Amino acid sequence: MSMIFGVPLAVLSGQLLIGIINGAFYALLSLGLAVIFGLLKIINFAHGAMYMLGAMVTVLMFNALGVNYWVALFMAPLLVGAFGVVIEYFLLRRIAGQDHIYSLLLTFGVALIIQGVLINWFGVSGLRYTMPDMFKGGINLGFMFMPYYRAWVIVAALLVCFGTWFVIEKTKLGAYLRAGTEDSQLMQGFGINVPLLISLTYGFGVALAAFAGVLAAPIYSVTPVMGSTTLIVVFAVVVIGGMGSIGGAIITGILMGVIEGLTKTFYPPASSAVIFLVMVLVLMFRPSGLFGKEA
Amino acid sequence: MTMMKKLLTSAIASTLMASGAQAAISNDTVKIGYLADMSGTYRDLAGPNGQSALEMAIADFGGSVKGKKIEIVSADDRNSPDTSSSTVRRWVENENVDMVAGMVASSVSIAVSKILEENDKLGIISGSAASSITNEHCTPNHIHYVYDTYPLANGTASAVVKEGGKSWYLLTADYAFGHSLESDVRRVVEANGGEVVGAIRHPFPTQDFSSFVLQAQASGADVVGLANAGADTTNAITTASEFGVTQSGQTLAALLLFLTDVHALGAQTAQGIQLTTGWYWDMNEETREWSDRFMDKTGVRPTMVHAGIYSSTIQYLKAVEATGSDDAQTVRKQMMDTPINDMFAKNGKIRIDGRMVHDMYLAEVKTPAESKNEWDLYKILRTIPAEESYRPLSESKCKLVNN
Repeated sequence: MSMIFGVPLAVLSGQLLIGIINGAFYALLSLGLAVIFGLLKIINFAHGAMYMLGAMVTVLMFNALGVNYWVALFMAPLLVGAFGVVIEYFLLRRIAGQDHIYSLLLTFGVALIIQGVLINWFGVSGLRYTMPDMFKGGINLGFMFMPYYRAWVIVAALLVCFGTWFVIEKTKLGAYLRAGTEDSQLMQGFGINVPLLISLTYGFGVALAAFAGVLAAPIYSVTPVMGSTTLIVVFAVVVIGGMGSIGGAIITGILMGVIEGLTKTFYPPASSAVIFLVMVLVLMFRPSGLFGKEA
Repeated sequence: MTMMKKLLTSAIASTLMASGAQAAISNDTVKIGYLADMSGTYRDLAGPNGQSALEMAIADFGGSVKGKKIEIVSADDRNSPDTSSSTVRRWVENENVDMVAGMVASSVSIAVSKILEENDKLGIISGSAASSITNEHCTPNHIHYVYDTYPLANGTASAVVKEGGKSWYLLTADYAFGHSLESDVRRVVEANGGEVVGAIRHPFPTQDFSSFVLQAQASGADVVGLANAGADTTNAITTASEFGVTQSGQTLAALLLFLTDVHALGAQTAQGIQLTTGWYWDMNEETREWSDRFMDKTGVRPTMVHAGIYSSTIQYLKAVEATGSDDAQTVRKQMMDTPINDMFAKNGKIRIDGRMVHDMYLAEVKTPAESKNEWDLYKILRTIPAEESYRPLSESKCKLVNN
């Protein structure tokens, strides 16, 4: 078997693929953050909690009402997104125009409250969610066993990522959005309801996180704390990609998944730190991020 | 008559005083500090329900000892040795805490026991796993009550090797507990004629195990051993089943599983997994009776850690009562001299190194068909006698043992 740095090529190809799968999660999550930051200038520290809520809602809807996976894929982001709109309307709106640190602290507080309440209700051992039958099993690719579900994760995540990028960068709605955050008074003058647009944008960003949560429910332990560690990594991804760059967030997400996957192969103990190492390097040499516009 | 009474009381009082300073309960209060992970990965196996077990013990004891009141303070250890150290330092130096109970992450217990030794207070560790706690890290000021990595490896690893799982690949949590468990597993596997062909130390905590599972599969080892705990273990098991580890002929051995983990996985996913435990709620009338009371209070079945917290607190209070003292050394000696016979252990004994040795159990997770309710999860395959379970004193590196 051919080897690369003492690792068989087959193992390496498997790790690359795994990296892309995890990267798809990072892309989806960092995309939501980038949308919220890029358009609303809100540093959304509640993003991890929203991801967790997406997964929790999926499990709870299944346990209580027997709602299946496909319905949850739409319902959970919708419900969590609506919750996001409520948060925007009642809380974030009050600190609009203030320094970034206010939105950071406010959303961080919201995240801690949500997480704390759910820990009291459900504990941390994790809720059970059975994988939908059609995704059970997998296919042998020769170099690795590829569970069907992981393949679906890549497809679903990339579709949603691309769709979001397209809507914001290439459509009229996206143009309204970008213009509304650039000069809200002028847009209001054109008869566009900017506050509503802002609420919906926040709700949409949050719904993206919840969508990632639904995708995660069948493969990870669904617990109230699942978002807290992911959040920090995803923030690093957004910083590397360039705060607010939509395309940057997607590409960087996948790239970081791959880098992390390779680290897990060559030196596992460093795998939780490698993304932050990249972040430090990027901040030193390209402070506005790989895809960010120079300020 | 009143004169007589006064004389008598003062006579008794002076005798008591003469019998020395240690034969007294300091500040007229026995104060117990409960330290555990109350909000993180290890919350469910000890956490707030462990405090309920502690409160049950105090209530069952009558709420006071020798007429002195018993108080509890509690804190979240946040799985951080630093946070825990400053909490315990405050407790013993400023708040007159006599005994610290609970303690989960091994790194926390090791850090805290050093502070207890400096201040000569007592710690009874119920949650931690590392066998090094009573080996190279032993102190005259703590007791390790429920289980440790030595019997976990002895029970599960030797059973799996004997069933033909000769080559092992280990996924190890990268901190004190994981390292300790890994070395204990290596010892047992090699002693039984097996071999550890590879090991990965993964960060704690890890959510996505797919990369590590893939490497374990590529190793071609007979057995994939999980030397981790809590959510790490449940995530690893879920991922392993998704990637078809067992279908491709490898055996999965979880070296530390708590009832709460198995409950989270469910019988469907966890069925057939063998594990070693220090106690199970559904073993006999006594364990069931106590577990029912625990469940009334908390809504869940107790883990071995919950039961251990209850049992050790009762033992501690009995020792305080018998000696009339809350001095750490006096109480620890009394506890060492008293065999433990209760719903938790039969003929349990606390050794000089602080290790409480008692029978352990090799269990197997029931199939969904066998499991009658959500907590009916284990069948006990074998009782591992105390003397087979724990590290013998002759192999001890503890400074209190003369080897």
